[in-house]
Amino acid sequence: MQRNNSPWIYIGVLALMLAAIALAGARAQDLNSFEQRITTKVLPNGLTLVICERPEAPVFSYSTFIDAGDVNDPSGESGLAHMFEHLAFKGTSQIGTKDYAAEKIALAKVEAANDAYEAEYLKAVGRDEAKLAELKKAFKDAETEAHKFVIPNQFTDVAERNGAEGLNAETALDETIYFWSMPENRLELWAWLESGRLADVVPREFYKERDVVIEERRMRTDSNPIGRLVEQFLATAYVAHNYGRSSIGWPSEVSQINATEAMEFHKKYYVGANIVVAVVGDVKASDALPMLEKYFSKIPAGPKPEEMTTIEPKQFAEKTVAIREQTQPFYLEGYHRPDYRSPDAEVYDAITDIMSNGRVSRLYRSLVRDQQIAAEAEGFSPFPGDKYPGLFAFYAVPLPGHTPAEMRDAIHKEIDKLKTADVSDEELAMYKTRTRADLLRGLADNQGLANSLAQYQTRYGDWRELFLQLDKVDKVTKADIRRVANEVFVPSNRTESWIETEAPTAAAQKDGGAQ
Amino acid sequence: MKSLLMKHFSGIVLAGAIFVALLAPITLPAQQAKPWEQIPTPKLHDFKPHQPQRIELKNGIVLFLQEDHELPFVSGSVSIPGGAREEDAAKAGLVSLYGQAWRTSGTVKLSGDALDDLLEAKAAHIETGGDVDSTALSWDSLKGDADQVFALAMELLFHPQFNAEKLQLAQQQVATEIMRRNDDESDIASRESAKLVYGANSPYTRQPEFATIGAVTVDDLKTWHDHTISGKLIVSISGDFDPAAMEAKLRAAFEGLPQVKAAPPRHDTFAGPKPGLSFIDKEDVNQSNVQIVGLGTDRHNPDVPALAVMNEILGGSFASRMFQKVRTELGLAYAVGGSYGYAWDYPGEFHALVLTKSATTVDATKAALDQIAGLTTRPFTDEELARAKDNILNSFLFRYDTREKVLAERVRLEFYGYPPDYLESYKAALEKVSVADLNRVAAKYIHPDKLAILVVGNGPEIKPGLDELKLGPVQTVDITIPMPKQQATSEQKQ
Repeated sequence: MQRNNSPWIYIGVLALMLAAIALAGARAQDLNSFEQRITTKVLPNGLTLVICERPEAPVFSYSTFIDAGDVNDPSGESGLAHMFEHLAFKGTSQIGTKDYAAEKIALAKVEAANDAYEAEYLKAVGRDEAKLAELKKAFKDAETEAHKFVIPNQFTDVAERNGAEGLNAETALDETIYFWSMPENRLELWAWLESGRLADVVPREFYKERDVVIEERRMRTDSNPIGRLVEQFLATAYVAHNYGRSSIGWPSEVSQINATEAMEFHKKYYVGANIVVAVVGDVKASDALPMLEKYFSKIPAGPKPEEMTTIEPKQFAEKTVAIREQTQPFYLEGYHRPDYRSPDAEVYDAITDIMSNGRVSRLYRSLVRDQQIAAEAEGFSPFPGDKYPGLFAFYAVPLPGHTPAEMRDAIHKEIDKLKTADVSDEELAMYKTRTRADLLRGLADNQGLANSLAQYQTRYGDWRELFLQLDKVDKVTKADIRRVANEVFVPSNRTESWIETEAPTAAAQKDGGAQ
Repeated sequence: MKSLLMKHFSGIVLAGAIFVALLAPITLPAQQAKPWEQIPTPKLHDFKPHQPQRIELKNGIVLFLQEDHELPFVSGSVSIPGGAREEDAAKAGLVSLYGQAWRTSGTVKLSGDALDDLLEAKAAHIETGGDVDSTALSWDSLKGDADQVFALAMELLFHPQFNAEKLQLAQQQVATEIMRRNDDESDIASRESAKLVYGANSPYTRQPEFATIGAVTVDDLKTWHDHTISGKLIVSISGDFDPAAMEAKLRAAFEGLPQVKAAPPRHDTFAGPKPGLSFIDKEDVNQSNVQIVGLGTDRHNPDVPALAVMNEILGGSFASRMFQKVRTELGLAYAVGGSYGYAWDYPGEFHALVLTKSATTVDATKAALDQIAGLTTRPFTDEELARAKDNILNSFLFRYDTREKVLAERVRLEFYGYPPDYLESYKAALEKVSVADLNRVAAKYIHPDKLAILVVGNGPEIKPGLDELKLGPVQTVDITIPMPKQQATSEQKQ
């Protein structure tokens, strides 16, 4: 049955395109054709604009790609990048306010009141509960006062009234992206809105929004069995790198992030050199560029933020995570692998494809079709991010009556085959053909294309890499696959995790019984 | 499994707005300038959605051809009337099993596994599936493989070979879904709230059980297939093809079939939910999923355009009443929204939801109910009407900004018997909606006393308790999964 009011929108375009990436090659849609339709411009502040003309219908889509995500959250402030992303929907000094001058003063009072409350709250010794209650009230009062100047949701309201479609944002570990589509005659309005919020964000309604984000955590992580497992799995697989940290934020940290911290994050990471904006659709670059330059030049210059120094040390201890609870069994394991710049990046893609893509894949045929122990079984990579060394992960969903241990053993058997025998010519050819076709299929979608162009421009400094990767895909050999499998899929590099079903307690059985 | 990879989102969703600015003129200084209003909106580039060619064969089968030469692909589909609502209740799940096993079994000439190998080597696909009111066969491939893939698809349509092994594989998939259906809170909430609206045994909500899927045989699949493909098929093709050659090919495949049989009319009754409060306890969550549901309408209802505008104001945007109040102002939820639903040929659901931490379950439910009741007590304003219309009409273009979307819409209209210009007349009707219309439809369709409320959440954590809502006795819903004897034994061993 169709249910038409899905409350949040999930667009996996970026992930899909990434997975598909690999190449392009058809004649009509090759690199040359894109060379002619794409204009790239680096502004004096360092921000890069990528415009792709695709006048199929009078609409455009954009993707603003910030090269910073929750992996960049400072210690003790997990969830900050995501929190800031929510703030970017709250307007600026020019939109969302009845009187910015007065609001600014009120917001400073909110921040001071929050600082005072937190100082008391965090006292290890001698916290005064009466004083704490008083400070809480003072904070609430300051918030109420500041709220008088707010025109709630005016930023999104103006966008939506002007036809914004699919308006959303996404904070990943590696990056933050903002996106929507609009009729082409709103291009300048969009440029005003988007450049405004990148350059001139205001910590409006910050603490209310923090509560909203904590609800988001409860929904995605706390109240979802797989969400809980994945959080523990990553926290175990990583000992040093931030890929092991809760991306939406540990509850104690995300609940204490303050607006000052969010604004500092903005100042450091939302600088021209760290931002790529891609626009795809019915846009003429020669007409639009001067206008876009005018607006996007407002974003502060600032240096490209320094790269992080932490490198995940080599794993030498095999690790396991077991969750026992009253949900159905599940199995997930992962092996550390290099980042997206590795010369073997396409070899990992080939392994993913051969192991996991469709009913011809090895895991489907072995675990689902032949042994009939799993409903689903796949490998995927990189996870949880690609910018830094991530994991090559495998998961399986057991059929009723089958256990996580059976999933693990069956997956390991398939991995062993990769290590001891070459994949077939047909499998390798299939990977290359499907990758090419998938890339092509993605080119007819404005939003997907905007996301890909922005991402490749950021990650490689050149959107052309989206197409050039085809060469690397073509060069993958059977020997590469066997070599990489032997290097990476070893027990000392592995973290295993699973959910085991626990029988309900006597009390729960009573409660849950028939009425 | 997408959730593994899911990144988190902000944004989104719904909401409404009594603009605080309008209601609370407090001590506000001079109006802040609105620089965005100075930005010109040029005339939109001319655009006429590219309509597919429609061909009705003598036997009643309808073909749609939509050329699109941007990329070197051809795709197609056959929509077949008849779906899960027509299946035997004792075999609930049959259509789902059919949708899987049809394709995985393959054809008389080529097994499903061999078909997989052949297609995947070409990055091509042929898939089948079942839905509540229809089943479908679809395919896509690179242009160079299009003839061969079309021939294989026709082979699967006219000469399928259902086999027991693949039926069993499908039964295992559905059994896994049954076994896991109480793991995820939101799955429980949407499934059980729909049952409150339509009834647990309604053709629209009944769920497969181990016993009902176990009762399905290979013969059942064959019978279903032979019966449904004699209905009014709609065949649609899009992509990079030559229309004359394609038409000839489709005529050759479909023109020789007998006259299509009209689907018998359905005689469903929809009483709507029994008002009141239901609860499902789930110990491993810290957030309550609150569903507020009632009976909606269908798109034949001339009030649908006004209802669509009302929905936008209730929960359709960031500025909607529910979003504005429950999320932005109260910070009680990330996910909140609601709408009076309309399906194509049966009544949809009125459906609102709010997800909030256990301790604020009562507050958030009250706030959501207040916004729903407010539809009839707080009159709509010109400002709200203008905003909702802007939101809907200025993004209307995105319903037909690709040839694929135009084609899908035409197939849908043909399937449900709506006129081909439905979208244009719907848009014209949206433009005419007035504040009086909104107040009228709200009074006519919004009946807070007829709504059912379902809370799925962690009972001991919900304080204050649900009795604070004062909605009468709380009915506990039993969602225990009826286990087959064998399964029950192995479960107990764990």
